[in-house]
Amino acid sequence: MIGKTEIATRTAEIIAPYLALEGPAMPMLHAVQAAFGFVPEASVPVVADALNLSRAEVHGLVSFYHDFRREPAGRAVLKLCRAEACQACGADRIAAHASEVLGIGWHETTPDGAVTLEPVFCLGLCAAGPCGMVNERTVARLDTARLDAILEAVR
Amino acid sequence: MTRIYVPRDALAVSLGADDVAAALRAACPDALIVRNSSRGMAWLEPLVEVETEVGRIGYGPVEATDIPSLLAAGLLGGGAHAKRIGRPEDQPFLARQTRITFARAGLTDPVSLADYRAHGGLAGLTRALGMSPAELIDEVAKSGLRGRGGAGFPTGIKWRTVQLAPSAQKYIVCNADEGDSGTFADRMVMEGDPFLLIEGMIIAGLTVGATRGYVYLRSEYPHAITAMNEAIGVALREGVLGDSVLGSGHAFHLEVRVGAGAYVCGEETSLLDSLEGKRGQVRAKPPLPALSGLFGKPTVVNNVLSLAAIPDIFAGGAAAYQALGMGRSRGTMPIQLAGNIKHGGLFEVPFGITLGELVMEIGGGTASGRPVRAVQVGGPLGAYFPPALFDTQFDYEAFTARDGLIGHGGIVVFDDTVDMARMARFAMEFCAIESCGKCTPCRIGSTRGVEVIDKIIAGDSKQLALLEDLCDTMKFGSLCALGGFTPYPVLSAIRHFPEDFSRHQPALAA
Repeated sequence: MIGKTEIATRTAEIIAPYLALEGPAMPMLHAVQAAFGFVPEASVPVVADALNLSRAEVHGLVSFYHDFRREPAGRAVLKLCRAEACQACGADRIAAHASEVLGIGWHETTPDGAVTLEPVFCLGLCAAGPCGMVNERTVARLDTARLDAILEAVR
Repeated sequence: MTRIYVPRDALAVSLGADDVAAALRAACPDALIVRNSSRGMAWLEPLVEVETEVGRIGYGPVEATDIPSLLAAGLLGGGAHAKRIGRPEDQPFLARQTRITFARAGLTDPVSLADYRAHGGLAGLTRALGMSPAELIDEVAKSGLRGRGGAGFPTGIKWRTVQLAPSAQKYIVCNADEGDSGTFADRMVMEGDPFLLIEGMIIAGLTVGATRGYVYLRSEYPHAITAMNEAIGVALREGVLGDSVLGSGHAFHLEVRVGAGAYVCGEETSLLDSLEGKRGQVRAKPPLPALSGLFGKPTVVNNVLSLAAIPDIFAGGAAAYQALGMGRSRGTMPIQLAGNIKHGGLFEVPFGITLGELVMEIGGGTASGRPVRAVQVGGPLGAYFPPALFDTQFDYEAFTARDGLIGHGGIVVFDDTVDMARMARFAMEFCAIESCGKCTPCRIGSTRGVEVIDKIIAGDSKQLALLEDLCDTMKFGSLCALGGFTPYPVLSAIRHFPEDFSRHQPALAA
């Protein structure tokens, strides 16, 4: 775990290229999360300072958007679609299976830090549901066997 | 050299298209593997196509493990195999369509500008560059194009408002925050024909006098983000974008901005706030974004499909586009067939086709083989329709007349195992999760809605009147469509499937 000062220094470097953009806040926060895996508390004042915003306003951004994490996730993030088109194809059963196999609920991480389970609302693969995402990789036509194979590979 | 096409579309990739391409590369080093886009027939993906003397021959759905048997069957010459489907364009699903926006889908390498030009791309922009601002607006207005994001507002009127607004800086913003479940047409345009969207946005810029555009693209679409960024890079290098569009002296700069998982940012004013670097909260209207939009400047905010319709309106003429459709719904609509459906995918047709034709004839009913019980049209804020209403024509006004909406053109099919009280509860739950929090009917009403439906599910059917009252408050009191339209799925479920709201009576003690 790196210290707060180092996080602040690295955050300043990470966000520097975005300063010239119009409305740079979101690209900056995406870049911070891409670098650290989450938006560290120590990054917030640095971003706020760069944008001439209050820390509360930047905190408000981080907490508003589902994508931004305030804590590190597991080594793998499994997102399962909960939206209607996937529900029509049995998404609830897939989610229950994942929850049972991993022993965790939505937004939780397995005790060994291997997998974080998250809901997602639509990946645009609605004609091949149920679908999900393993880290950056999208997967479709999930069944329990495919899901088991995916979990086996990331654990 | 034999050309083999393997789609790079997200749906195909999610089903193993990258592995198929790698296996083909390894097995056929002399063949040229082209990563095309998807034809839109989801049940056949990954659909591999081979160029032969009689045209392209398709095989699908192909898995990497099928490659040895396909090659043994003479894949490179279009040989017979259990997965051979013949020429893709002869498939009834494709043959029945009128593809305008999706004319190039599956045919081209999406990020090849040469392919785009060879298939009619940039003809609309070239014509538009020779027209005056007044002529440009006339063309859009005459086409009868209405916003494909869901609201159906006439595009010509929106653009005219921005054109007439005096300002040194104006913006074109593309709403690519396609969050509705059951929709994927925007994704397919951006992954499959990104230059089409770029061309449409440039024409919008020329028309209203804007030199800068943004595509607000949801983070759930990583493949679309990659394809759009690649295409923008190519367009810049080739002088399609930049300080002088096709050497005309007109500037247009375009940038992709990635969302962060907030459904409400598909609402145009929260999208603008998000682009500006704020929480994606809805703005009260007026002022209209057309007059005071991004950073307070006059802004065109259009859905991907609206902007993607523009190049063909200019290439083929407004009259040709206007000649298609019914009533006040002109042109074609890329309809998306999704959920529990046998033949799902992208189906572009002129307005006027019935819901029953779409679900039963084209979609082939459910994938599970069980009877269709309900279809939700228009995303999570759209109404549920029973088969009894399958004669409804696909048209903005016809759906409104039946207390529904076509929204962004998504149709989600459910079989007879669906519990409509649970779907109504989900609509409220989704609204509660995604509410931006600005207005009370949506922020509080959705949570109260979940609680009331829970009581109904537990057997207290007296709560139905309260639920209908709550829906009334949300419908008329919310700032935007999230709170305002959540009652559509809830009330339609109650109206058309009342048995699901009374069958949860607790069993009487014996």
